[in-house]
Amino acid sequence: MTDTAQRRTVAKVAVHPVQAPPPAGDRRRRRLADQARAYGFLVGGLVCFALFSWYPAIRAVVIAFQKYTPGGEPEWVGTANFTRVFADPEFTAAWRNTLTFTLLALLIGFAIPFVLALVLNELRHAKAFFRVVVYLPVMIPPVVSALLWKWFYDPGTGLANEALRFLHLPTSNWSNGADTALVSLVIVATWANMGGTVLIYLAALQAIPGELYEAAELDGANVLQRVRHVTIPQTRFVILMLMLLQIIATMQVFTEPFVITGGGPENATVTVLYLIYKYAFLYNDFGGACALSVMLLVLLGAFSSVYLRLTRTEGESA
Amino acid sequence: MSTRTLLSPAALARPRGKAAYWTVFTGTVLLFVIAFLFPVYWMVTGAMKSADEVARTPPTLVPERWQVSGYTDAWDLMQLPTHLWNTVVQAAGAWLFQLVFCTAAAYALSKLRPAFGNVILGGILATLMVPAQALVVPKYLTVADLGLLNDPVAIWLPAVANAFNLYLLKRFFDQLPRDVLEAAEMDGAGRLRTLWSIVLPMSRPVLGVVSIFALVAVWQDFLWPLMVFSDTDKQPISVALVQLSQNIPLTVLIAAMVIASIPMVAMFLAFQRHIIAGIGAGSTKG
Repeated sequence: MTDTAQRRTVAKVAVHPVQAPPPAGDRRRRRLADQARAYGFLVGGLVCFALFSWYPAIRAVVIAFQKYTPGGEPEWVGTANFTRVFADPEFTAAWRNTLTFTLLALLIGFAIPFVLALVLNELRHAKAFFRVVVYLPVMIPPVVSALLWKWFYDPGTGLANEALRFLHLPTSNWSNGADTALVSLVIVATWANMGGTVLIYLAALQAIPGELYEAAELDGANVLQRVRHVTIPQTRFVILMLMLLQIIATMQVFTEPFVITGGGPENATVTVLYLIYKYAFLYNDFGGACALSVMLLVLLGAFSSVYLRLTRTEGESA
Repeated sequence: MSTRTLLSPAALARPRGKAAYWTVFTGTVLLFVIAFLFPVYWMVTGAMKSADEVARTPPTLVPERWQVSGYTDAWDLMQLPTHLWNTVVQAAGAWLFQLVFCTAAAYALSKLRPAFGNVILGGILATLMVPAQALVVPKYLTVADLGLLNDPVAIWLPAVANAFNLYLLKRFFDQLPRDVLEAAEMDGAGRLRTLWSIVLPMSRPVLGVVSIFALVAVWQDFLWPLMVFSDTDKQPISVALVQLSQNIPLTVLIAAMVIASIPMVAMFLAFQRHIIAGIGAGSTKG
């Protein structure tokens, strides 16, 4: 502390010496002033949360039971929105596609990053190169990734079929074929998002104590047995967390189907969120959109609460 | 520093181990180059090919004649300056609003003991359980009611309602030693003064993390700006790219895609050490 600052402090203390507690009225006034100040700091954040998180969450539930047009008088319709949405053939398609997408994303997008992290953790050279390169697609805007892959998937001139031809394999319709479109989108999503998963696994692998591997090796365990009995149990928690996060994230998929396939062909890639978008902005049916939103909200809210509970208990025990 | 991993150093030191190591190493480098770098190379050079070269089979690995007209055409035809500027305004505002309001709220919740503070914190954390995309429709209706459609404020204010960043800040402030703040108060510093000259300088790392999260989130978002900006002149680059992708020559579109990617990729390359360390650390601590 500089001299002048010190002197100033001393002067302050001299002017306001610590004395007996002020009378009760004063104390209450000071408490109120403290509260006012605290809420002064809080108010901006509170207003934003109230307007854009809490209120919309309540409103989604309310509108799900209303006939709602912006600017018009809302009208209570009971469960009519739900029955109308249920009867829509796209509803079944959207849920089936979303669940299939999530399942495929778990199969494709889960094993690959784990194996990749396992390999990267053993490599002792060019570590920075691997980390930067695997994360590069994550930094490319999702819209650009989607447009890039749409171009790759082009049945005539696309790079994907060119690669198959180069390897003397039969070509595919990729995102243009009803039976291959969903898988094609999963590949895009995996390519674009894998970097984060790999880096998280790498961090988890580095936290495994080396003695465990040493002990396993002394007991005669080969590499695969070490993976099975040391690596996987030691990273079990991270695997579970990422799995939950991935389920929550992939069930909200929108950009890839919207940009690459437009939901087609034959509704093969219409997802729940895409359907919500269609109800709101194509059919102008906000009641139906909110009914769908509430369904998604309940299902994913359940996954999220499991996730939060697990991270909290694990965080406390660790 | 190298700690023991799956394979023992002894196994790797043996001739067979060495051979296997370099084989796997080369294979992995090749895989990474093909899977992650090649698509980027293909995009950057694709924009430099002529219209018929880019549609040719088999494709050419290197453009026959390098031309930058794809890039200049994209810049002019697709009005990229406007859309890039819109994105910058949206991202910068979201960043600033988040820093100001989330920091202030986190500071209040952490250090100022507001009445019902725990209830408020609970309400904020509860929003973590709500999947963001499931709320876009009612959120859109609220923004419409407030008359904020086609206004960057529709990006800025909802960005503040980010429970994750707010909680990150609060947790960091919780760790700051009480006596430092009390000493400042003894010296006669007000709450704002304490926040500004004591808390914030000590919080540089967490502010950096929150800043990166805030910028990346806005730059990468698509659905929300697609809903909010129907006015073409107000759209950020992500929305404009998709809207314009139908009626534009392929080379020009690809060039625009490259340009749209440059800011975030550049930021990543500049701060990669911090970003990568943050991803690893954040996950293992939960």
